[in-house]
Amino acid sequence: MDTVVPLRIQILSIIGSVFFLLLIGRLILKGKLTEEYAVLWIVCTVVLLVLSFWRAGLEQMAAFLGVFYAPSLIFLAALFGVTIFLVHLSVVATRLEHQHRVLAQEIALLRNELRELQKT
Amino acid sequence: MDPASPHIAVVVPAYNEEESIRGVVADVHCSLERLGVRPEIIVVNDGSADGTVSAVRTLPCVLLSLPFNVGKGAATQLGFRYTYARNCDLVVLVDADGQHPANEIGILLKPLLEGTADVVIGSRFLGNRGSRSSFARRIGIGYLNAINGMLLRRRITDSTSGFRAMNRKALALCIGEYPPEYPEPEAIVLFTRKNLRVTEVEVHMTERTGGRSSIGIWNGFLYLFRTTLAMLMTVLRTHH
Repeated sequence: MDTVVPLRIQILSIIGSVFFLLLIGRLILKGKLTEEYAVLWIVCTVVLLVLSFWRAGLEQMAAFLGVFYAPSLIFLAALFGVTIFLVHLSVVATRLEHQHRVLAQEIALLRNELRELQKT
Repeated sequence: MDPASPHIAVVVPAYNEEESIRGVVADVHCSLERLGVRPEIIVVNDGSADGTVSAVRTLPCVLLSLPFNVGKGAATQLGFRYTYARNCDLVVLVDADGQHPANEIGILLKPLLEGTADVVIGSRFLGNRGSRSSFARRIGIGYLNAINGMLLRRRITDSTSGFRAMNRKALALCIGEYPPEYPEPEAIVLFTRKNLRVTEVEVHMTERTGGRSSIGIWNGFLYLFRTTLAMLMTVLRTHH
């Protein structure tokens, strides 16, 4: 069995990776993605690109790690990455929640002060 | 109470309580006047969607209005921040649903005024009179009391009572850290672990006069789970 990735899918994955990289770049430029997240996505895209060019890379890595079925290595890495990222997002959401509570409290205090000032 | 008596304020966190808030503020007002205290009542509107705000505006109290719902703990903490900045010595917490007996505020304040406690909890289970809540609720409260008992090695009879009073020492702690959601059981852990003297006194609660409880039957289990976790985490966080 030829374990090296066929040419057509290789070209497709290179195009896909480059397109993804451009998309990330555009999101950063438009300020829709902060650098904190951009770094992560750029690293992901670079890994995809490297694997697209280095055709036997996945097989070699799988063999090195003792993984019998090479594509399962991709799923493992992807699941692991997604889980870590979700935990990170939960941490960020918790922080934002705390900050938005404090902000709401500040608004309420300021509203009250304003009303007091208007009375005098 | 003589003119040199401490500066006392009552904080009433309210979420969709337009039916009961008038009565609660009026009761608290009367009760404070009877005690000879200048009535200082702060209603914290926690982003109510009903007519709570317009109802409160007509009442003799300060209104702090949050722009959206942030949870009872965070709303109460806003009251703490306000009263702390106003140099209040003692703060009483009264729920806006009308379950807490305003005429018993004096009972809550007594241990604080005598200097024998930093936090006083009004317990509906110490005596044998008044509303003691539904069966399901009593099971939940019993469970939380047991958790508190295990964690703190002391007996608490009403972990979920929001009818409380505290001195400035406890207030200083609360403006820094206070559980944001359903704060009552967790706050007992926090107070005790921070070496504040927590005391319970017997009070007689009534059925709620309006609005709806924020904890339903099914959410009850989620509430118990979350609260248990939060209580455990508070113990670990305050580990000396």
